[in-house]
Amino acid sequence: MKNPPFIYHRPESLAEALALLAEFGDDAKILAGGQSLLPVMALRLGRPDHVVDIGRIPELLTLDAGPSGTTIGALVRHAEAERSAAIATHAPLVAAAAPHIGHRAIRTRGTLVGSVAHADPAAEMPAVCLAVGATMVAASVGGTRLIDAADFHEGYLTTALEPNEILTEIRLPAWPGDAGGAVVEISRRHADYALVGLACIIEVGDGSITGAALAFFGADSTPVRVADAEAVLVGRPPAESAFAAAAEIVSARLDPPSDIHGTANYRKHIAGVLTRRGLAEAAATIGVTA
Amino acid sequence: MSTEQVNVTINGLSHSLDVEARRTLADVIREDVGLTGTHLGCEHGVCGACTILLDGQPARACLMLAVQADGAEITTIEGLADGDEMHPVQRAMKEAMAFQCAFCAPGFLMSTVALLEENPNPSAEEIRKELSGNLCRCTGYQSIVAGVETAVRLLSSTGTAGVNQ
Repeated sequence: MKNPPFIYHRPESLAEALALLAEFGDDAKILAGGQSLLPVMALRLGRPDHVVDIGRIPELLTLDAGPSGTTIGALVRHAEAERSAAIATHAPLVAAAAPHIGHRAIRTRGTLVGSVAHADPAAEMPAVCLAVGATMVAASVGGTRLIDAADFHEGYLTTALEPNEILTEIRLPAWPGDAGGAVVEISRRHADYALVGLACIIEVGDGSITGAALAFFGADSTPVRVADAEAVLVGRPPAESAFAAAAEIVSARLDPPSDIHGTANYRKHIAGVLTRRGLAEAAATIGVTA
Repeated sequence: MSTEQVNVTINGLSHSLDVEARRTLADVIREDVGLTGTHLGCEHGVCGACTILLDGQPARACLMLAVQADGAEITTIEGLADGDEMHPVQRAMKEAMAFQCAFCAPGFLMSTVALLEENPNPSAEEIRKELSGNLCRCTGYQSIVAGVETAVRLLSSTGTAGVNQ
């Protein structure tokens, strides 16, 4: 279908964009890459009176990845992150997620921050943020507040953002030197939303696991971590037996939905398979063979 | 409702257009500029028929407002051939009889041009993965993949996959 009519705004600064949101709030939607908003509008699932196109705001172009952490601005596109050598080195979990996100033509336009703000529970980037413990920077005319990734996603397509706020950037902490990461998923076709997926991190020191993060997507209404499975890994050698123990807990703890593409039990099963596969892949990136 | 001025270069020609903000780039290319080679299937980013090159990169013309393209350089299917001389990717698809009805062809061709420019020698698996964002509802994909493989061979003898502009 064709998009319904709306009033279009193209602010040239963040301050101008925030003033528009302060004025229109719930009646406005933010347009960045448009790869989620425009289908929603075309299908008439959303019908905003005002569209605030933030695509020309220079302050939002920041992509800064280094040994002390990574900052991703609201206009950084998936394709840019995918090609960035600095992201590959300093935010390897973001780099690992990129090829799974949509198709190349979608990654040309879509933004990482937009994917996080859209909050589709089967999307990769929200789980990556949860796994690394990212901090969300939300700006409004009243100022800026920081939100932990763990508190950001509240439900299906629902976040902690207020209608007058823009998610201006995501800050990822420094990537630990002894950590490996992987993003694995099962989807019906390449680049489809995952039936279940996993963004995982494994830290290894002196031959044993010193820390782990297991963040699943497509398994609930928000990305979820399985703390018990992470805990069971710590102190054990990075080997198949440890990964299998974690997988068993994951399959027991997750409470995924059933739909026409797979039952809850099937999703629980493949979440376990992905746990073993993802941890082995993550360990391999730091030269540890399980 | 709001109307905006949009300046774009399409296949090397500049256009200055007044467009309603809600209209997609695909609609403006087809209806205002008259280049109907860019096809619209699903109009919500799934089928890939409307794939164009935006500043050299593949993008869905149905998932962009025309106003978002202000200042951009766009290549559509009409921009591939050099006069009567088909682009090597077009020649390859023809030789391989890649398409049946060919409604999806513009999108496949633009995706293929973008793919081969970045990776001139993709494996069969890479071809399938990269073209998974384009749907064909006639023949299946065997002949299309064969067309891309033919294009790889043609291009290795004639040069780059790029578009002359």
